[in-house]
Amino acid sequence: MKRASFLGHIAWTGAGIAYVLGADGLVHAADAAPGQFSFVQISDSHIGYAGPANADVHATLEQTVNTINALPVQPAFVIHTGDVTHVSKATEFDDARAILSRLRAPLLAIPGEHDVIGAQGPPRFAAAFGRRDAAGRGWSSWDQGGIHFVALINVGEGETMGVLGPEQLAWLEKDLAARAPSTPIVVFGHVPLFAVAPEWGWTTMDGTKAIALLRRFSSATLLNGHIHQIIEHQDGAIRFATARATAFPQAAPGTPGAKPGPLAVAPGSLLGVLGYRTVEIATAAAWQDVSLAQS
Amino acid sequence: MRALLAAVALAAFLPAGAAGAAAPSTTVHIRDDAFTPASLTVRAGETVTFINDDDDAHTATADDNSWDSEGLTQGQSWSHRFTKAGKVTYHCTVHPMMHGALIVKSAR
Repeated sequence: MKRASFLGHIAWTGAGIAYVLGADGLVHAADAAPGQFSFVQISDSHIGYAGPANADVHATLEQTVNTINALPVQPAFVIHTGDVTHVSKATEFDDARAILSRLRAPLLAIPGEHDVIGAQGPPRFAAAFGRRDAAGRGWSSWDQGGIHFVALINVGEGETMGVLGPEQLAWLEKDLAARAPSTPIVVFGHVPLFAVAPEWGWTTMDGTKAIALLRRFSSATLLNGHIHQIIEHQDGAIRFATARATAFPQAAPGTPGAKPGPLAVAPGSLLGVLGYRTVEIATAAAWQDVSLAQS
Repeated sequence: MRALLAAVALAAFLPAGAAGAAAPSTTVHIRDDAFTPASLTVRAGETVTFINDDDDAHTATADDNSWDSEGLTQGQSWSHRFTKAGKVTYHCTVHPMMHGALIVKSAR
Protein backbone atom coordinates (compact mmCIF):
# COMPACT_ATOMS: atom_id res chain seq x y z
CA MET A 1 0.00 0.00 0.00
CA LYS A 2 1.31 3.39 -0.88
CA ARG A 3 -0.05 6.58 0.57
CA ALA A 4 0.38 10.01 -0.72
CA SER A 5 -1.04 13.14 0.72
CA PHE A 6 -0.85 16.71 -0.29
CA LEU A 7 -1.50 19.39 2.20
CA GLY A 8 -2.14 22.94 1.35
CA HIS A 9 -2.05 22.81 -2.38
CA ILE A 10 -2.43 26.40 -3.40
CA ALA A 11 -5.44 26.88 -5.58
CA TRP A 12 -6.00 30.14 -7.38
CA THR A 13 -9.46 31.45 -7.76
CA GLY A 14 -9.62 33.97 -10.50
CA ALA A 15 -6.23 35.55 -9.93
CA GLY A 16 -6.67 39.29 -10.11
CA ILE A 17 -10.37 39.31 -10.72
CA ALA A 18 -11.57 42.51 -12.31
CA TYR A 19 -13.60 43.93 -9.52
CA VAL A 20 -16.61 45.13 -11.37
CA LEU A 21 -19.23 44.76 -8.68
CA GLY A 22 -21.27 41.61 -8.88
CA ALA A 23 -19.09 40.08 -11.57
CA ASP A 24 -16.52 37.28 -11.41
CA GLY A 25 -15.37 37.89 -7.88
CA LEU A 26 -18.64 36.90 -6.34
CA VAL A 27 -19.09 33.87 -8.57
CA HIS A 28 -15.68 32.45 -7.71
CA ALA A 29 -16.05 33.15 -4.04
CA ALA A 30 -19.43 31.42 -4.01
CA ASP A 31 -17.64 28.22 -4.97
CA ALA A 32 -15.68 28.29 -1.74
CA ALA A 33 -16.87 25.83 0.86
CA PRO A 34 -17.67 27.46 4.19
CA GLY A 35 -14.73 27.15 6.52
CA GLN A 36 -12.20 26.82 3.75
CA PHE A 37 -9.09 28.93 4.32
CA SER A 38 -8.60 31.86 2.00
CA PHE A 39 -6.89 35.22 1.94
CA VAL A 40 -6.93 38.25 -0.33
CA GLN A 41 -4.04 40.24 -1.78
CA ILE A 42 -4.40 43.90 -2.72
CA SER A 43 -1.60 46.19 -3.82
CA ASP A 44 -0.42 49.57 -5.04
CA SER A 45 -3.20 51.92 -3.97
CA HIS A 46 -1.07 55.09 -4.34
CA ILE A 47 -3.36 57.19 -2.17
CA GLY A 48 -2.39 60.78 -2.96
CA TYR A 49 -1.93 60.27 -6.71
CA ALA A 50 -4.23 62.26 -8.96
CA GLY A 51 -3.55 62.37 -12.65
CA PRO A 52 -4.45 61.06 -16.07
CA ALA A 53 -3.95 57.43 -15.03
CA ASN A 54 -6.62 57.67 -12.31
CA ALA A 55 -8.39 60.83 -11.19
CA ASP A 56 -9.76 59.21 -8.03
CA VAL A 57 -7.59 56.57 -6.39
CA HIS A 58 -9.71 56.86 -3.24
CA ALA A 59 -12.77 55.66 -5.13
CA THR A 60 -11.06 52.65 -6.67
CA LEU A 61 -9.64 51.57 -3.30
CA GLU A 62 -13.05 52.06 -1.70
CA GLN A 63 -14.62 49.93 -4.42
CA THR A 64 -12.00 47.25 -3.74
CA VAL A 65 -12.80 47.30 -0.01
CA ASN A 66 -16.54 47.16 -0.66
CA THR A 67 -16.15 44.23 -3.04
CA ILE A 68 -13.99 42.25 -0.61
CA ASN A 69 -16.43 43.01 2.20
CA ALA A 70 -19.22 41.62 0.02
CA LEU A 71 -17.50 38.26 -0.50
CA PRO A 72 -19.84 35.58 0.93
CA VAL A 73 -16.92 33.91 2.69
CA GLN A 74 -14.64 36.44 4.33
CA PRO A 75 -10.90 35.81 3.88
CA ALA A 76 -8.75 35.02 6.92
CA PHE A 77 -6.87 38.23 6.20
CA VAL A 78 -6.20 40.83 3.55
CA ILE A 79 -2.55 41.52 2.73
CA HIS A 80 -1.64 44.86 1.12
CA THR A 81 1.65 44.34 -0.68
CA GLY A 82 2.79 47.95 -0.60
CA ASP A 83 2.63 51.41 -2.14
CA VAL A 84 -0.40 52.14 -0.01
CA THR A 85 0.44 55.84 -0.43
CA HIS A 86 1.91 57.83 -3.30
CA VAL A 87 4.51 60.00 -1.55
CA SER A 88 4.32 59.01 2.15
CA LYS A 89 2.49 62.16 3.26
CA ALA A 90 0.73 62.10 6.63
CA THR A 91 -2.61 62.92 5.01
CA GLU A 92 -2.15 60.07 2.55
CA PHE A 93 -1.58 57.59 5.36
CA ASP A 94 -4.62 58.99 7.19
CA ASP A 95 -6.82 58.64 4.10
CA ALA A 96 -5.55 55.14 3.29
CA ARG A 97 -6.06 53.99 6.85
CA ALA A 98 -9.59 55.40 6.92
CA ILE A 99 -10.52 53.42 3.80
CA LEU A 100 -8.69 50.19 4.66
CA SER A 101 -9.95 50.14 8.24
CA ARG A 102 -13.40 49.44 6.77
CA LEU A 103 -12.28 45.97 5.70
CA ARG A 104 -14.17 43.29 7.62
CA ALA A 105 -11.17 40.94 7.50
CA PRO A 106 -7.94 41.69 9.38
CA LEU A 107 -5.47 43.77 7.37
CA LEU A 108 -1.74 43.26 7.07
CA ALA A 109 0.41 45.64 5.09
CA ILE A 110 4.03 45.73 3.98
CA PRO A 111 5.59 48.90 2.61
CA GLY A 112 6.46 49.74 -0.96
CA GLU A 113 9.08 52.31 -1.89
CA HIS A 114 6.37 54.99 -2.08
CA ASP A 115 5.56 54.36 1.61
CA VAL A 116 9.06 55.01 2.91
CA ILE A 117 9.89 58.34 1.27
CA GLY A 118 11.82 60.79 3.43
CA ALA A 119 12.72 60.52 7.07
CA GLN A 120 9.06 60.48 8.08
CA GLY A 121 7.85 57.80 5.65
CA PRO A 122 8.91 54.68 7.58
CA PRO A 123 7.59 55.85 10.99
CA ARG A 124 4.34 57.01 9.38
CA PHE A 125 3.88 53.63 7.74
CA ALA A 126 4.63 51.85 11.01
CA ALA A 127 2.17 54.06 12.88
CA ALA A 128 -0.60 53.57 10.32
CA PHE A 129 -0.15 49.85 9.69
CA GLY A 130 1.57 48.50 12.80
CA ARG A 131 3.83 45.60 11.99
CA ARG A 132 3.88 42.15 13.49
CA ASP A 133 7.57 41.76 14.11
CA ALA A 134 8.39 42.41 17.75
CA ALA A 135 11.84 43.65 16.87
CA GLY A 136 10.30 46.39 14.77
CA ARG A 137 12.31 45.48 11.70
CA GLY A 138 9.18 45.02 9.65
CA TRP A 139 9.54 41.53 8.28
CA SER A 140 7.58 38.76 9.92
CA SER A 141 6.31 35.20 9.64
CA TRP A 142 3.37 33.27 11.03
CA ASP A 143 1.52 29.98 10.62
CA GLN A 144 -2.10 30.00 9.57
CA GLY A 145 -4.37 27.55 7.78
CA GLY A 146 -1.59 24.96 7.46
CA ILE A 147 0.62 27.47 5.63
CA HIS A 148 3.80 29.17 6.76
CA PHE A 149 3.48 32.81 5.73
CA VAL A 150 6.44 35.17 5.38
CA ALA A 151 6.10 38.92 4.84
CA LEU A 152 9.33 40.46 3.58
CA ILE A 153 10.41 44.08 3.26
CA ASN A 154 12.36 44.57 0.06
CA VAL A 155 12.27 48.31 -0.38
CA GLY A 156 15.10 50.43 0.87
CA GLU A 157 17.00 53.52 -0.06
CA GLY A 158 20.12 53.63 -2.14
CA GLU A 159 19.52 50.68 -4.41
CA THR A 160 18.45 50.56 -8.02
CA MET A 161 15.98 47.77 -7.31
CA GLY A 162 14.43 45.86 -4.46
CA VAL A 163 16.77 44.63 -1.76
CA LEU A 164 16.37 42.36 1.26
CA GLY A 165 19.75 42.87 2.88
CA PRO A 166 21.96 40.44 4.81
CA GLU A 167 20.14 40.89 8.12
CA GLN A 168 16.76 39.98 6.68
CA LEU A 169 18.20 37.08 4.65
CA ALA A 170 19.85 35.68 7.79
CA TRP A 171 16.52 35.94 9.58
CA LEU A 172 14.74 34.24 6.67
CA GLU A 173 17.25 31.39 6.58
CA LYS A 174 16.74 30.74 10.28
CA ASP A 175 12.96 31.08 9.99
CA LEU A 176 12.68 28.61 7.12
CA ALA A 177 15.21 26.15 8.60
CA ALA A 178 12.68 25.28 11.28
CA ARG A 179 10.06 24.20 8.72
CA ALA A 180 9.60 20.74 7.23
CA PRO A 181 10.02 20.54 3.44
CA SER A 182 6.37 19.52 3.15
CA THR A 183 5.21 22.80 4.74
CA PRO A 184 3.60 25.00 2.11
CA ILE A 185 5.25 28.43 2.10
CA VAL A 186 3.69 31.70 0.97
CA VAL A 187 6.01 34.71 0.77
CA PHE A 188 4.87 38.31 0.37
CA GLY A 189 7.04 41.20 -0.76
CA HIS A 190 6.45 44.48 -2.58
CA VAL A 191 9.03 44.31 -5.37
CA PRO A 192 9.07 41.04 -7.34
CA LEU A 193 11.63 38.60 -5.95
CA PHE A 194 12.40 37.35 -9.45
CA ALA A 195 13.79 39.30 -12.38
CA VAL A 196 10.68 40.60 -14.16
CA ALA A 197 12.41 43.57 -15.77
CA PRO A 198 15.72 44.52 -14.13
CA GLU A 199 16.15 47.44 -16.53
CA TRP A 200 13.08 49.02 -14.92
CA GLY A 201 14.13 48.09 -11.39
CA TRP A 202 11.50 45.32 -11.37
CA THR A 203 13.56 42.77 -9.50
CA THR A 204 15.13 42.23 -6.09
CA MET A 205 18.91 42.36 -6.30
CA ASP A 206 19.43 39.66 -3.66
CA GLY A 207 16.15 37.87 -4.44
CA THR A 208 17.95 34.79 -5.74
CA LYS A 209 19.33 34.23 -2.22
CA ALA A 210 15.79 34.11 -0.84
CA ILE A 211 14.67 31.86 -3.69
CA ALA A 212 17.55 29.45 -2.95
CA LEU A 213 16.26 29.09 0.62
CA LEU A 214 12.84 28.07 -0.75
CA ARG A 215 14.03 25.34 -3.11
CA ARG A 216 13.82 22.49 -0.59
CA PHE A 217 10.09 23.05 -0.04
CA SER A 218 7.57 21.07 -2.04
CA SER A 219 5.38 24.17 -2.48
CA ALA A 220 6.43 27.80 -2.30
CA THR A 221 4.46 30.74 -3.62
CA LEU A 222 5.76 34.31 -3.86
CA LEU A 223 3.20 37.09 -4.20
CA ASN A 224 4.32 40.62 -5.05
CA GLY A 225 3.04 43.99 -6.20
CA HIS A 226 5.01 46.97 -7.54
CA ILE A 227 4.46 46.45 -11.26
CA HIS A 228 0.67 46.98 -11.36
CA GLN A 229 -0.07 43.99 -13.57
CA ILE A 230 -0.29 40.21 -13.35
CA ILE A 231 2.82 38.33 -14.38
CA GLU A 232 3.17 34.70 -13.36
CA HIS A 233 6.32 32.66 -13.40
CA GLN A 234 7.18 29.11 -12.40
CA ASP A 235 10.63 27.97 -11.34
CA GLY A 236 10.66 24.36 -10.18
CA ALA A 237 8.27 24.07 -7.24
CA ILE A 238 8.35 27.83 -6.73
CA ARG A 239 5.51 29.86 -8.14
CA PHE A 240 5.69 33.63 -8.55
CA ALA A 241 2.86 36.03 -9.25
CA THR A 242 2.59 39.79 -9.24
CA ALA A 243 -0.75 41.47 -8.66
CA ARG A 244 -2.81 44.22 -10.20
CA ALA A 245 -2.95 47.61 -8.53
CA THR A 246 -6.02 49.35 -7.16
CA ALA A 247 -4.72 52.70 -8.48
CA PHE A 248 -3.49 52.54 -12.08
CA PRO A 249 -1.74 50.13 -14.46
CA GLN A 250 1.82 50.28 -15.75
CA ALA A 251 3.18 49.31 -19.14
CA ALA A 252 4.10 45.68 -19.80
CA PRO A 253 7.86 45.07 -19.76
CA GLY A 254 9.33 45.23 -23.25
CA THR A 255 6.67 47.55 -24.61
CA PRO A 256 8.47 49.66 -27.24
CA GLY A 257 9.07 53.21 -26.06
CA ALA A 258 7.45 52.57 -22.68
CA LYS A 259 8.84 53.33 -19.27
CA PRO A 260 7.61 52.47 -15.79
CA GLY A 261 5.14 54.84 -14.20
CA PRO A 262 1.43 55.62 -14.24
CA LEU A 263 -0.18 54.51 -17.49
CA ALA A 264 -3.36 56.17 -18.68
CA VAL A 265 -5.80 53.79 -20.36
CA ALA A 266 -8.81 54.51 -22.52
CA PRO A 267 -11.77 56.05 -20.69
CA GLY A 268 -14.06 53.39 -19.30
CA SER A 269 -11.44 50.65 -19.29
CA LEU A 270 -9.66 51.49 -16.02
CA LEU A 271 -11.60 49.07 -13.80
CA GLY A 272 -10.76 46.24 -16.16
CA VAL A 273 -7.05 46.59 -15.39
CA LEU A 274 -7.34 47.15 -11.64
CA GLY A 275 -8.15 44.40 -9.20
CA TYR A 276 -7.44 42.21 -6.25
CA ARG A 277 -6.53 38.55 -5.83
CA THR A 278 -8.29 35.88 -3.83
CA VAL A 279 -6.27 32.82 -2.84
CA GLU A 280 -7.89 29.68 -1.48
CA ILE A 281 -6.05 26.91 0.24
CA ALA A 282 -7.46 23.55 -0.75
CA THR A 283 -7.89 21.05 2.06
CA ALA A 284 -5.71 17.98 2.37
CA ALA A 285 -6.16 15.32 -0.29
CA ALA A 286 -5.19 11.73 0.38
CA TRP A 287 -5.48 8.62 -1.69
CA GLN A 288 -4.39 5.07 -1.65
CA ASP A 289 -3.16 2.80 -4.48
CA VAL A 290 -3.99 -0.75 -3.68
CA SER A 291 -2.50 -3.72 -5.61
CA LEU A 292 -4.58 -6.80 -6.37
CA ALA A 293 -2.29 -8.85 -4.14
CA GLN A 294 -3.17 -6.57 -1.24
CA SER A 295 -6.87 -6.59 -1.82
CA MET B 1 -2.57 66.88 -19.05
CA ARG B 2 1.09 66.36 -18.34
CA ALA B 3 2.21 68.93 -20.86
CA LEU B 4 -0.34 71.42 -19.54
CA LEU B 5 0.74 71.03 -15.92
CA ALA B 6 4.38 71.25 -16.88
CA ALA B 7 3.67 74.49 -18.73
CA VAL B 8 1.88 75.88 -15.70
CA ALA B 9 4.78 74.94 -13.46
CA LEU B 10 7.23 76.57 -15.84
CA ALA B 11 5.16 79.73 -16.13
CA ALA B 12 4.91 79.96 -12.37
CA PHE B 13 8.64 79.71 -12.08
CA LEU B 14 9.73 82.15 -14.78
CA PRO B 15 8.90 85.40 -12.98
CA ALA B 16 11.06 84.32 -10.05
CA GLY B 17 13.85 83.45 -12.46
CA ALA B 18 13.55 86.81 -14.13
CA ALA B 19 14.13 88.44 -10.78
CA GLY B 20 17.18 86.22 -10.31
CA ALA B 21 19.68 89.06 -10.45
CA ALA B 22 18.74 90.11 -6.93
CA ALA B 23 18.17 86.62 -5.54
CA PRO B 24 19.95 84.03 -7.67
CA SER B 25 17.76 81.04 -8.29
CA THR B 26 18.27 78.03 -10.45
CA THR B 27 15.99 75.23 -11.46
CA VAL B 28 16.32 71.50 -11.92
CA HIS B 29 13.44 69.90 -13.75
CA ILE B 30 12.53 66.30 -13.02
CA ARG B 31 11.24 64.95 -16.29
CA ASP B 32 11.06 61.50 -17.92
CA ASP B 33 12.72 59.91 -14.90
CA ALA B 34 15.77 62.19 -15.08
CA PHE B 35 17.13 65.35 -13.46
CA THR B 36 17.62 68.10 -16.04
CA PRO B 37 20.30 69.33 -16.03
CA ALA B 38 21.90 66.25 -14.54
CA SER B 39 24.82 68.38 -13.37
CA LEU B 40 24.39 71.99 -12.32
CA THR B 41 26.90 74.54 -11.09
CA VAL B 42 25.75 77.22 -8.66
CA ARG B 43 27.36 79.75 -6.35
CA ALA B 44 27.25 79.24 -2.60
CA GLY B 45 24.22 81.07 -1.26
CA GLU B 46 22.10 80.36 -4.31
CA THR B 47 18.78 78.61 -4.11
CA VAL B 48 17.98 75.66 -6.33
CA THR B 49 14.37 74.76 -7.08
CA PHE B 50 13.47 71.21 -8.06
CA ILE B 51 10.27 70.90 -10.07
CA ASN B 52 8.60 67.58 -10.81
CA ASP B 53 7.19 67.66 -14.33
CA ASP B 54 6.48 63.92 -14.38
CA ASP B 55 3.17 62.21 -13.71
CA ASP B 56 5.10 59.86 -11.43
CA ALA B 57 6.33 60.74 -7.93
CA HIS B 58 9.94 61.75 -7.38
CA THR B 59 12.28 63.13 -4.76
CA ALA B 60 15.56 65.01 -4.83
CA THR B 61 17.56 63.56 -1.96
CA ALA B 62 21.22 64.15 -1.12
CA ASP B 63 23.22 60.93 -1.23
CA ASP B 64 24.48 61.82 2.27
CA ASN B 65 20.89 62.59 3.35
CA SER B 66 21.86 66.14 4.34
CA TRP B 67 18.80 67.44 2.47
CA ASP B 68 15.65 65.86 1.07
CA SER B 69 12.73 67.24 -0.90
CA GLU B 70 10.59 64.27 0.22
CA GLY B 71 7.87 63.22 -2.20
CA LEU B 72 6.96 65.56 -5.05
CA THR B 73 3.89 64.88 -7.13
CA GLN B 74 3.39 66.34 -10.59
CA GLY B 75 3.72 70.12 -10.61
CA GLN B 76 5.10 70.33 -7.08
CA SER B 77 8.43 71.98 -6.39
CA TRP B 78 10.91 72.24 -3.54
CA SER B 79 13.71 74.72 -2.99
CA HIS B 80 16.92 74.54 -1.04
CA ARG B 81 19.65 77.12 -0.47
CA PHE B 82 23.17 75.77 -0.83
CA THR B 83 25.66 77.58 1.38
CA LYS B 84 28.65 75.24 1.43
CA ALA B 85 31.03 74.94 -1.48
CA GLY B 86 31.68 71.50 -2.92
CA LYS B 87 30.10 68.80 -5.06
CA VAL B 88 26.85 67.29 -3.87
CA THR B 89 25.40 64.21 -5.50
CA TYR B 90 21.76 63.34 -5.10
CA HIS B 91 19.15 60.85 -6.25
CA CYS B 92 15.43 60.04 -6.27
CA THR B 93 14.51 57.65 -3.46
CA VAL B 94 11.54 56.33 -5.46
CA HIS B 95 13.70 55.73 -8.54
CA PRO B 96 17.24 55.26 -7.21
CA MET B 97 18.60 54.87 -10.72
CA MET B 98 18.01 58.62 -11.11
CA HIS B 99 21.12 60.58 -10.17
CA GLY B 100 22.07 64.24 -10.24
CA ALA B 101 24.96 66.44 -9.15
CA LEU B 102 25.31 69.99 -7.92
CA ILE B 103 28.64 71.77 -7.94
CA VAL B 104 28.55 74.58 -5.42
CA LYS B 105 31.31 77.13 -6.03
CA SER B 106 32.49 79.58 -3.41
CA ALA B 107 30.56 82.82 -3.26
CA ARG B 108 32.16 85.68 -5.18
